[in-house]
Amino acid sequence: MAAEGSNSIDALGQFQLHPALGFIGESVNFTQSNLMMVVAGVAVLALLYVGMRPRAMVPGRLQAAAEMGYESILSMCVETIGEEGRKFFPFVFTLFFFILFGNLLGVFPLFFTFTSHIVVTLALALLVVILVTIVGLKEHGLHWFSYFVPQGVPKVLLPLMVVIELISYLSRIISLSVRLFANMMAGHVMLEVFGSFIVMLGGLGLLGYFPAAVSLGVNTLLIGFELLVATLQAYVFAVLTCIYLHDAVHLH
Amino acid sequence: MVQEQGNPDSSFEGRLQAARRKQGLDAPPKSSLDKDAIGGSAWSIGLRVGIELVSAMVVAVAIGYGLDRVFHTTPILTAVFVPVGGAAGVANLWRLFAPKPDGK
Repeated sequence: MAAEGSNSIDALGQFQLHPALGFIGESVNFTQSNLMMVVAGVAVLALLYVGMRPRAMVPGRLQAAAEMGYESILSMCVETIGEEGRKFFPFVFTLFFFILFGNLLGVFPLFFTFTSHIVVTLALALLVVILVTIVGLKEHGLHWFSYFVPQGVPKVLLPLMVVIELISYLSRIISLSVRLFANMMAGHVMLEVFGSFIVMLGGLGLLGYFPAAVSLGVNTLLIGFELLVATLQAYVFAVLTCIYLHDAVHLH
Repeated sequence: MVQEQGNPDSSFEGRLQAARRKQGLDAPPKSSLDKDAIGGSAWSIGLRVGIELVSAMVVAVAIGYGLDRVFHTTPILTAVFVPVGGAAGVANLWRLFAPKPDGK
């Protein structure tokens, strides 16, 4: 891809996986993506552990961050799912913070965004949908299948509606994973493209300095936008998980 | 986040609101346009609509193609499932934007 010379922008090369941790990683295919997952997990644990260690009545910054994260996810669970939502709080909390840290760490230079790979987001979405299905089956037994039979539909249309509902249910896997993946990948491609503009236009000489500066400005704005998207997408993923769990617990 | 009703004492927001109400510090309630209910700006709504439509279609085509491979009826079932997938996409959108009777 990069063989065309310096005039091509290799916007997708940043998503290539490389073995991390030297020969150990190479022998077990431990890539930088896996390494970032570990880093994200450790960072979440560190935020909670270090943040909550003072146990102060008036929280400091880290403690406030940890407490607000806890409380906002808990209230989201309870408000969206209902009182039963407390059962699912650990799952939603883990999911939200894992994705949030994955997205946010990816904005830093030299770090890798593991949520920009559809394998990862697809696995997360599959986890959510399979969990929702199991929860639905456990709560309602075989009665759960009435979820696919909408009320007040003429008998003639019923087979068609069941198929439509089934496809609609399965499409959650795709929509949940593609939304996160597309948002993260698009942002990083944009950053790479405008970053390449800076270098290319800067090499053009006097004529290129102004557009290069504009590209730098755009990139600065994009970084801020990326921070917004990273948080928003983690939130959307968690909210949709809650909504799906609500459907599974309450059936419609 | 929609936090008008629900248990007001559980969350920090709720406690803050209660305290402010007691002190008479509350601004008049904003008319909550259901912007948050759908999920943000026009951009994100547009993206969601596209993703919902496409993902239903992807699933439908995958099912149709898979069944065709199983039953050796190559174009027929795919062709049948494409309009069904479109319908499922519209059903997704209806679920997304339908007026909720109970306000949640």
